[in-house]
Amino acid sequence: MSEVSVDANKSAPNDNPSARSAEPESDNPRRKFLTIATSVIGAVGVAGIAVPFLSYWQPSDRAKAAGADVEVDISGIQVGQLIRVMWRSKPVWIVRRSPELIASLAAVESELRDPNSEVEQQPAYAQNQYRSIKEEYLVLVGICTHLGCSPQHLTDGDFAEHAEGVSEGFFCPCHGSKFDMAGRVFQGVPAPYNLVVPPYMFVDDNNIIIGSDEGAV
Amino acid sequence: MTTLLAWIEARIPMMRTANVHAIQYPAPRNMNFWYVFGFLATIILVNQIITGIWLTMNYEPSAQRAFASVEYIMREVNYGWLIRYMHSTGATAFFVVIYLHMFRGMIYGSYQKPRELLWVFGMLIYLALMAEAFMGYVLPWGQMSYWGAQVIVSLFSAIPVIGGPLVEWIQGDYVISGATLNRFFALHVIALPLVIVILVFLHIIALHEVGSNNPDGVDVKHPKGSLPESEKTSYKIHEHFTNRYDYADDVVPFFPHIVLKDLVAFSIFLFIFCYIMFFAPELGGKALEHPNFEIANPLKTPEHIFPVWYFTPFYAILQAVPHKLSGVLTMFGAIAVLFVLPWLDRANVRSWRYRSGLHTANLLVFAAVFIFLGYLGGTPQEPWKLIAARIATIMYFMFFVMLFLYSKHETTKPVPKRIPR
Repeated sequence: MSEVSVDANKSAPNDNPSARSAEPESDNPRRKFLTIATSVIGAVGVAGIAVPFLSYWQPSDRAKAAGADVEVDISGIQVGQLIRVMWRSKPVWIVRRSPELIASLAAVESELRDPNSEVEQQPAYAQNQYRSIKEEYLVLVGICTHLGCSPQHLTDGDFAEHAEGVSEGFFCPCHGSKFDMAGRVFQGVPAPYNLVVPPYMFVDDNNIIIGSDEGAV
Repeated sequence: MTTLLAWIEARIPMMRTANVHAIQYPAPRNMNFWYVFGFLATIILVNQIITGIWLTMNYEPSAQRAFASVEYIMREVNYGWLIRYMHSTGATAFFVVIYLHMFRGMIYGSYQKPRELLWVFGMLIYLALMAEAFMGYVLPWGQMSYWGAQVIVSLFSAIPVIGGPLVEWIQGDYVISGATLNRFFALHVIALPLVIVILVFLHIIALHEVGSNNPDGVDVKHPKGSLPESEKTSYKIHEHFTNRYDYADDVVPFFPHIVLKDLVAFSIFLFIFCYIMFFAPELGGKALEHPNFEIANPLKTPEHIFPVWYFTPFYAILQAVPHKLSGVLTMFGAIAVLFVLPWLDRANVRSWRYRSGLHTANLLVFAAVFIFLGYLGGTPQEPWKLIAARIATIMYFMFFVMLFLYSKHETTKPVPKRIPR
């Protein structure tokens, strides 16, 4: 006899007397209703109990506290200087760009993969040529979009040996990916996207908060 | 679809197994509410395993970090409090249903021939469960964890000659320490759960080989060929059973008849379980004892120290005996004597429905004594309780002695051939 069909009594009615009662039973609308109702309630119960078990894997309150917003005083940053702060255990760079540097950003655009920041690697307010809220201050997550190394900040012409005619930029020592001073990736390197701009906002002229952008800009 | 299922079936007998062991398993049709506790115990076992896995994701088994990591789970992990209370309430619920399950076996004589091994496997599960619960209680590394472990491990020091070295070996140190905690963690999360799951498997295989008992203790299996076609059950029972035995209309297929009954019990169980879990997870200090909210301190024993409620009957027996080794032996004897229950009961009638009034009284007194011992072992010591515990301990063992004596020549009522309508 076939083990496969659960309701074997239907397939072999001749040697199975229960087939007599099984047929009308399964058509009984009340029974059908109860079966469906029980199954639905059971499924709702399973879905309900799944919630805490799935939620348990989310970052805990402690992890959330450790990943909380970071407030940075930027008043002390000199023109051309880069400072690093830690946000969610990741390096975040804050660079104060000189007007000359800002002016030079347009010059390299033909060599870039995504000069207009069309890939969503930044909040909407940073989707501009400078990839920042204020032109002067660049805020980036200092993690290469290739395989996660932290690129170096090369200045004073050191970057030119990697990109001809560009005096300043970010160079990843791991696999040679290159980014300009707006974190935009050059063509012909392994990194696929521009560097990430984290959510941030200016509290006042001297302080920014990284990680939060409520009511930004 | 049918082709695919047939292809699978020819290679691994999934439907066959489901049909033999669940869907078309012949269950006596008079199974009453006493027969839901095996199902509930299985559900709780699954609950303990799943919530236990989730708890290990944040628990840290070290003397330095254990207590803080439990607090972390309770306060900072999403729904950590719920998962932990599901686990701790599950432990209490496990013992409730296991005790009821065992008492069911006693009143309906389910341990009698041919179900002796079934009973023994069940007792082994109970034993493993006690070890599992004890070690689990040590893991939060609170005051009760520490001193509970101290007392239980010290029981082994009562053994002559090897007692002292044995205790050191169990502890992995000269005192209960981080080394003890770590090995208890390993045993609690891997070794004992594996043992329990394997024993449950054997318990079910043994049950399905001999068949389920029922409240009337009537045999529902008849010799092959002894029943005329007209008397055989009209339900679909698997050939695995019908090839060897004839079944009258005393049986129904396990699915859906018994499963649905079990689901009703499960719903009621969930109401009670959730009420305790959400509103009284500490059970007034009986399930999670208040001193355990203080981190383990080897220099200070809590004022009152008792085990968790499910161990208190045996703890009372331990306290009742004024001699270390004898006390330990008496306590373990109280568990060991249950193992041989199938051979102490010499009657050939199973259910108390058809046995003597003496047997019924003996069973009820035994249940009352067990609960009373639990009360004595779970409340602060007082002089009268010592006397009471001694009397109750004697009465506990007298159940078995009396059963052995009267069961051979017991006056029983005639057992019907079929389950009465």
